[in-house]
Amino acid sequence: MSDTAILITALIILGLPILSYTICFFFGSKLPRRGDWLAVALLFIAEFLALRIFFHFWQLGDPAYRVEGKFTWLDLGSFQIQAGILVDGMTAVMLMVVCTISSLVHLYSVGYMHGDRRYERYFAFLGFFTFSMLMIVLANNLFFLYIGWELVGLASYLLIGFWFHRPAAASAGKKAFLTNRVGDWGFWIGILIFFTVCGTLNYFELFARVNTGVIGGTLLTWAGIALFGGCVGKSAQIPLHIWLPDAMEGPTPVSALIHAATMVAAGVYMIARLFPLFSPDALLVIAYCGAVTAFLTATIAVVKTDIKRSLAYSTLSQLGYMVLAVGVGSAVGGMFHLTTHAFFKALLFLGAGSVIHAVHSQEMPEMGGLWRKMPITFLTMLIATLAISGVPFFAGFYSKDAILASALAFGMEHPSHYLPFILGIAAAGITAFYMFRLIFLTFTGKPRVQEKYDHAHESPWVMTLPLAILAVLSIIGAGWKGPTDGWFARLSAPYDMTAITAEFGHSAALEIGDQAGTAHEVAVVSHGESAEAHGEAEAAASHGESAEAHGEAEVAASHGEPAEAHGEAEVAASHGEPAEAHGEAEVAAHDEPVSAHGESAVTHGGHDAHHDIHHIAHERAMVMSIIIAGLGIFFSCLTYWWRKIKAEKVQAALPGVHLVLQKMYFFDEIYAATIYRGLLAWNAFVNGFDKIVIDGIVNGFGYLYRFVSWLIGLFDNWVIDGMVNGIAAVLQGAGEVFRRVQTGRLQTYLVYVCFSILILVFIYRAL
Amino acid sequence: MSFGLPHFLTVGAMLFCLGVLAVMTRRNAVGLLMGVELILNAANVNFVAFARYVEHGINGHVIAAFVIVLAAAEAAVALAIVLAMFRNFGTVHVDTVNHLKR
Repeated sequence: MSDTAILITALIILGLPILSYTICFFFGSKLPRRGDWLAVALLFIAEFLALRIFFHFWQLGDPAYRVEGKFTWLDLGSFQIQAGILVDGMTAVMLMVVCTISSLVHLYSVGYMHGDRRYERYFAFLGFFTFSMLMIVLANNLFFLYIGWELVGLASYLLIGFWFHRPAAASAGKKAFLTNRVGDWGFWIGILIFFTVCGTLNYFELFARVNTGVIGGTLLTWAGIALFGGCVGKSAQIPLHIWLPDAMEGPTPVSALIHAATMVAAGVYMIARLFPLFSPDALLVIAYCGAVTAFLTATIAVVKTDIKRSLAYSTLSQLGYMVLAVGVGSAVGGMFHLTTHAFFKALLFLGAGSVIHAVHSQEMPEMGGLWRKMPITFLTMLIATLAISGVPFFAGFYSKDAILASALAFGMEHPSHYLPFILGIAAAGITAFYMFRLIFLTFTGKPRVQEKYDHAHESPWVMTLPLAILAVLSIIGAGWKGPTDGWFARLSAPYDMTAITAEFGHSAALEIGDQAGTAHEVAVVSHGESAEAHGEAEAAASHGESAEAHGEAEVAASHGEPAEAHGEAEVAASHGEPAEAHGEAEVAAHDEPVSAHGESAVTHGGHDAHHDIHHIAHERAMVMSIIIAGLGIFFSCLTYWWRKIKAEKVQAALPGVHLVLQKMYFFDEIYAATIYRGLLAWNAFVNGFDKIVIDGIVNGFGYLYRFVSWLIGLFDNWVIDGMVNGIAAVLQGAGEVFRRVQTGRLQTYLVYVCFSILILVFIYRAL
Repeated sequence: MSFGLPHFLTVGAMLFCLGVLAVMTRRNAVGLLMGVELILNAANVNFVAFARYVEHGINGHVIAAFVIVLAAAEAAVALAIVLAMFRNFGTVHVDTVNHLKR
């Protein structure tokens, strides 16, 4: 596939779901079978194309290879916004994940949503959801990412509240939307900070600017945390996780789509994609946020009896893992877990949907013994459970192991930060426990509600086929290897910051030249295509666009210490040069806790100690995760299979703990008591202020104006009108006098004339 | 005793005053016209006198002749108006003809 072919294919993949949306939305009710076949067919075509791209990149095996299609989206003369799509290994993986899950969910929904009143509308929204997510995946700049981000929010609102006639569903949709707004607010602030400081929104240009120090220090940390706010909202990290359990009010296939491939994956994808934008301090915040989420939500899942809610908390916990992975510097590990998790979590949700479809209940205490009735659902869900629990040779084991290894290595390098690993490994054990609890309660033992059991039946093939496909993927998804040595490594690797800086750095150099206000011209020359114009061999090497220029000794030598960077001609040219910039980054990295662990450090050799730690951590983490997963499964069997431990007794023995977990750590209650009530009080205050002060001012002005108007009225009536009428009266009086003079008789006038002449004569004589 | 310019001017002034008095006092339109004739003739006397004693030309005589012609024309028009007035109002008293004033 050529570059153009890849871009066109990607655009077609992006276009197919929105086509499905348009057709289903406007014409779905007129089509045979209400258009479901069309939506499914379009999505499977998209899936086929996505697999083409995926295998193309897999065959290339070069994670740094990327195709970028750009165009000028907004042109305001000197100010331009470039936009476009980006296809690289990470995108290829996400395309594959999104399209696979989405097409399978489409197929599954044909069975699950059969007979729904707004059947065609449902498929339209599914298409819209997929389109939004693909837009996030394909964007090459923060702006398009943000557009897709908001569209995903809208789509989730539409689908979670799909059964809006149920008040719970309607309010759950609202809750998801509004909670996401809080996170998106931070996300948007972050984007604006980057745009203001760096003047671009393109990923790689931003990376180059961060690497060359255009943005840095505290501002970079806060911008990163603001960006992470978007992830906290979308990927439902504590403290904005409250929308996700309520989102279970939506149809179950939608839950599968939200939890596996779209929406929540968007947050993790975002922080993994933008990994170089996060400073070590920001990454530390991310790591702790993820670890706390992974642990707390796992404990909540233990006590939930609603099968879907239990899975929802499991999703939260797994998302916490992914965020933790990014936080401890392993963005690849996070993406790897995102991929494998997509398979088995979609499978779990679709399986749960199959169960719900069969027994018409979501309460696990009303199930039991269903494996006889639904063998395919049972088997596939068992596979997914083994995968999520981290049992060796299932996909989840390798990805979770990679994350725990990274967390452990992080702890070993920075002994004050062992907590993320401890929380993570504890959550792993709890995960195994509650997942097997779910399986035992649902599928084994005696039927607890006989009537529902009798009614249960295996689902139609359109529902079991996706289950089977996902079960296969849950086993082979990881390729029996970790993210750094398996198939995933062929597609995704840490960003090569040296190459990126070399490719995009010169524009950043130009900017630094501007800021310094000194070496502007020289920077322009170095930016120009003719390096000879500069007349120096070093300069030619420093701006050589090919990668072989880097690493030459003389190049490194020709670039002096960073202090020279301002004003000096050659050094200004060297701003675009990565080796020096990287040198700075490494110097900076030495005393920073996370970045030594970060990807830039990983990509550059010479860190033997670093690799040793990773190797040791990997072995230890693997052993520990196998042991703890085994323990979790063992206790689960003890409690729910062999019945040696009575769950009710444990519950009775620890009433406080149970209450806290049952109430989900009182997050909703705390928000209700603080934020909601605070907002209401504030609103009441504002309302009162409005009524008394603002209205008072307005009304006061009203009264004042009325008084002034009255005064002016008086003035008008008496003075102005008085003047007018007075003049008239004077003129009238004068007229009354003078009309007597004007008799109209000629003789009188003649008398006047004669007397006048006499008077004039006398005057003349007198003079 | 010889006659000089002052004597003629005195006669002219007297005629003028008489004419003006007649115009001011008479109610009868015809009397009024007669007053006007007196005024014109007073001017004529002055013209001729000045022509005789001061200028020694015929300009004054010509103007006097012109004034006589003009007085004749004026008398014709004015008498026609008086006739029309009498027909319309049944009187020749100018003070009773005051319709425009009301």
